[in-house]
Amino acid sequence: MDPITTSTLCIGGIGLASAAALAVAEKYLSVPQDPRIGKVTEMLPGANCGGCGYAGCADYARAIVSGHAECNLCAPGGPACAQAIAAFLGRAAAAMERRVAIVLCCGDDTEALRRAAYNGITDCSAAQATAGGDKGCTYGCLGYGSCGRVCPVNAIRIVNGIAKVDKALCIACGKCVAACPRKLIKLVPAAAEIHVLCSSKDKGPAVKKVCGTGCIGCRICTKLADGAINMDGFLAVVDYAKPLTNEETVAKCPGHCIRKDAPASTPNS
Amino acid sequence: MEYLLLIISAILVNNFVLSRFLGICPFLGVSKKISTALGMSGAVVFVITIASAVTWCLQTYLLVPLGLDKFLQTLSFILVIAALVQLIDIVMKRFAPPLHAALGIFLPLITTNCAVLGVAVLNMKEGYGFFKSVLFGFAAALGFALALLIFTGLREKIERAAPPRCFKGVAISLVTAGLLSLAFMGFSGLVK
Repeated sequence: MDPITTSTLCIGGIGLASAAALAVAEKYLSVPQDPRIGKVTEMLPGANCGGCGYAGCADYARAIVSGHAECNLCAPGGPACAQAIAAFLGRAAAAMERRVAIVLCCGDDTEALRRAAYNGITDCSAAQATAGGDKGCTYGCLGYGSCGRVCPVNAIRIVNGIAKVDKALCIACGKCVAACPRKLIKLVPAAAEIHVLCSSKDKGPAVKKVCGTGCIGCRICTKLADGAINMDGFLAVVDYAKPLTNEETVAKCPGHCIRKDAPASTPNS
Repeated sequence: MEYLLLIISAILVNNFVLSRFLGICPFLGVSKKISTALGMSGAVVFVITIASAVTWCLQTYLLVPLGLDKFLQTLSFILVIAALVQLIDIVMKRFAPPLHAALGIFLPLITTNCAVLGVAVLNMKEGYGFFKSVLFGFAAALGFALALLIFTGLREKIERAAPPRCFKGVAISLVTAGLLSLAFMGFSGLVK
């Protein structure tokens, strides 16, 4: 036989033998998987965003069925999804609180100072790496949209030089939280309406110098908020575990950085 | 003595990653956490040892008698190793679930890695016997595991350190890998 025939037969034979062995093994040795896992995977939105803390929807479905996870961790699916899965598995559906991302900075280009003209790559990390960013405030939003580019639902827009999250679209996957080089984005309950939109830990005069809407650490809001706003150094921080409804905090804030946003819409329920 | 020299040579002197530069992909890819590096090391030791045994049999009983060993080695080795790892994956899932949970995701990743193929081809080039082939494969895999674990330990430390900004991330990792390789060069000459 010539070498071409021999090699063809040889490789073909090896391939056939391996394929046969694999087929037999798959048939007689495969481990039956719980069929509910597939069903639950189909019930989940399939966004594979990882917001639940598992590697994709299938992995989360496995954790739910095996009882390692609650069925209310899926933010994109929302309460409807949690209830459907709970009904399917015959479990009680735990209450689910919708969360949304928020950018804790309101120093847009009309209020906050830009101390340099940045002409580099349109990316917050790149801007931050270039002499600490062009913004006067070293805590404020740079506005080059790194958060918006990782958002799977396009919920983040740059408005007048700072990032804004559309509450109605946000699925709380947490990708923007990780993308922001200045760690300005937080996941907060969607029901919360009053926020301190500033992250500057500088003292009052230093904040005033670079931004017209920064927290100056005056503590007026902490007295009005009944424990729902606490001081972290020279910065007022909302404690979202406590209800904050006193709208006087918004009116009395001398830095104009406490803002109330529109009532939360709940597209999932 | 001969076997001892073979082992030392495969682990330290001719370390697969740091001297022969095989298996760089998992070396850089799964060296962020000690736990994943351990899983990968286990999978590599497992696959390479078995692959050396199987490829030796394939070479001796099929390729050489048919006179195909000059040009069909790479293709047939890859085919057999890939099928074998799939088979082990299925069998392991059935009979040893804890082991499968520990090595499972790394097995398919390492299947057609150049380190695995490298061991098989080197075995044939050196003309080792069956036992020597398996021993060499096992030792080479241990060398890979050693390099991977050392590198992962270094990377975990570097993660917490504050290198200059331009060095952060992959850059400092590559520099570290280079230095580690230089350090292993110090073993050369220990065994001929």
